[in-house]
Amino acid sequence: MSVTNLRAASTSEAARPVIEIRKVAKTYKTADGDVPSLRPLDITIHDGEFVVVVGQSGCGKTTLLKMIAGLLAPSEGEIRVEGHTITKPHGGVGIVFQSAMLLPWRRVLDNVMMPVEVKGLPQAEYRERALDLLKMVGLEGFEKKYPWQLSGGMQQRVSICRALVHDPKIVLMDEPFGALDAMTRERMNVELQRIQSETKKTILLITHSIPEAVFLADRVLVMTARPGAIDAVYPVPLKRPRSIDVLSDPVFIALTQKIRKHFSDAQTD
Amino acid sequence: MSKGVAHRLLQAAWLKPILFLVMLVVVWDLSIRVFKIPPYQVPKPQDVIITLYQEWPMLLKETWPTLNATVWGFLLAAAFGIPIAMLIAGSKTIESYVYPLLVFSQSIPKIAIAPLFVVWFGFGLFPKVLSAFMLGFFPVVVSAVQGFKSVEPDMMDLARAMEANRWQMFRMVALPHATPAIFAGLKVSITLAVVGAVVGEFVGSSEGLGVVLQRSIGNFELPTMFAALVILALIGVILFWIIDLIERFTIPWHASQRNDLVIAA
Repeated sequence: MSVTNLRAASTSEAARPVIEIRKVAKTYKTADGDVPSLRPLDITIHDGEFVVVVGQSGCGKTTLLKMIAGLLAPSEGEIRVEGHTITKPHGGVGIVFQSAMLLPWRRVLDNVMMPVEVKGLPQAEYRERALDLLKMVGLEGFEKKYPWQLSGGMQQRVSICRALVHDPKIVLMDEPFGALDAMTRERMNVELQRIQSETKKTILLITHSIPEAVFLADRVLVMTARPGAIDAVYPVPLKRPRSIDVLSDPVFIALTQKIRKHFSDAQTD
Repeated sequence: MSKGVAHRLLQAAWLKPILFLVMLVVVWDLSIRVFKIPPYQVPKPQDVIITLYQEWPMLLKETWPTLNATVWGFLLAAAFGIPIAMLIAGSKTIESYVYPLLVFSQSIPKIAIAPLFVVWFGFGLFPKVLSAFMLGFFPVVVSAVQGFKSVEPDMMDLARAMEANRWQMFRMVALPHATPAIFAGLKVSITLAVVGAVVGEFVGSSEGLGVVLQRSIGNFELPTMFAALVILALIGVILFWIIDLIERFTIPWHASQRNDLVIAA
């Protein structure tokens, strides 16, 4: 079974901006007054790029992700996805949350097919695709199981399939492996890297884990504490595919230390 | 071999409550003997069983009106309660107007207003149905509101990010999510609907088990009264069991219905 049909159509194009974030800021209005969540930021993410955002809790990472999905409106500035300004949910993204968020009354395959149903896409055609995706993440034979019959790691893989099934250009992941044990997490990282290389999606992933960020990313964005802003951007020079051995590579170690310094400095301030 | 059969019988789910019931009846009988309770206070179990057997045609005839009122009251409670819960959960405005009044109305003892129904609607079936409805309505609303409101915001965000419209979000996420809570409410509701129907019969009716209860206590026919109570309890149990059965078929995925093993570690 080939997975070439899972690739996005535009792999040969030159890297062009897919997500453009221009002077975007977010302030939450609460009963106790305004709570600034994000300071104005500018980010451009290119086609097929894997960008990972690291930052402490409450620095507005999730806010940023929800704004890109069109679930939240920015207070200032503008977000463009593929050239279109985002004002409402636009369906051009797949989302993976920290917990798998599978619908417990739907079997695995029906969960993966949910975006297809919502959008009214041709069922038969996308069913094949859903089955291919499940096979790609090693869940062949689990199509008819209910979510509770799967382990946490398997559930999260199903939710990744669901984020990919309608072939979105962009996948947004909000600490997708945060709830998994360390060993499963490492395995999922290797697997996600493989999925990205096979599907050529543009991925924006949020994490607390610096090694995870460096392992996965083409570029790591480091965010400051609340209200969040981009503190630094680090391109990751490690070549792909990266195996788990990369974790002991001197380049990897140097980069993680450099990033970690941002947070240890912030604490001693 | 026979030991195996006996063991398997003991494991059967339906047998356990019956065994317990037999134990209770034995305790009942022993208490009467030991504490010398006179039969005009508590009848002997065997008298109740004999009455059940002898009076069965009469009791059965009086069961139908009560059962009828119970089922109609319950169906109305479900038919109104679930949509009202949907409205309350779906709109902050409706919630703020309706919900406090609904809770307020529940604090009124329905037994006290049941005679009003007779004044308004006479001695027929309708006041009994209304009484059963009044008792069965509130638990359905409360549980269903709870169910609709407890959908995780991330789950809703996920559907919104797929560009789901309000109807799709309701049909695919909110309603299935609320179903277990709705069934919990329906189960409470059906047992209360039995009470409601009997209350309706107490205050004004010419037929039904409620009438049997009143008549027999008036005539000190305690075995007949206890026989009617046994039948009322059976009605409650059987209706409850039917809803439980429907629930099993409706939400096989829910934690309360899982008897499968987790197949993957």
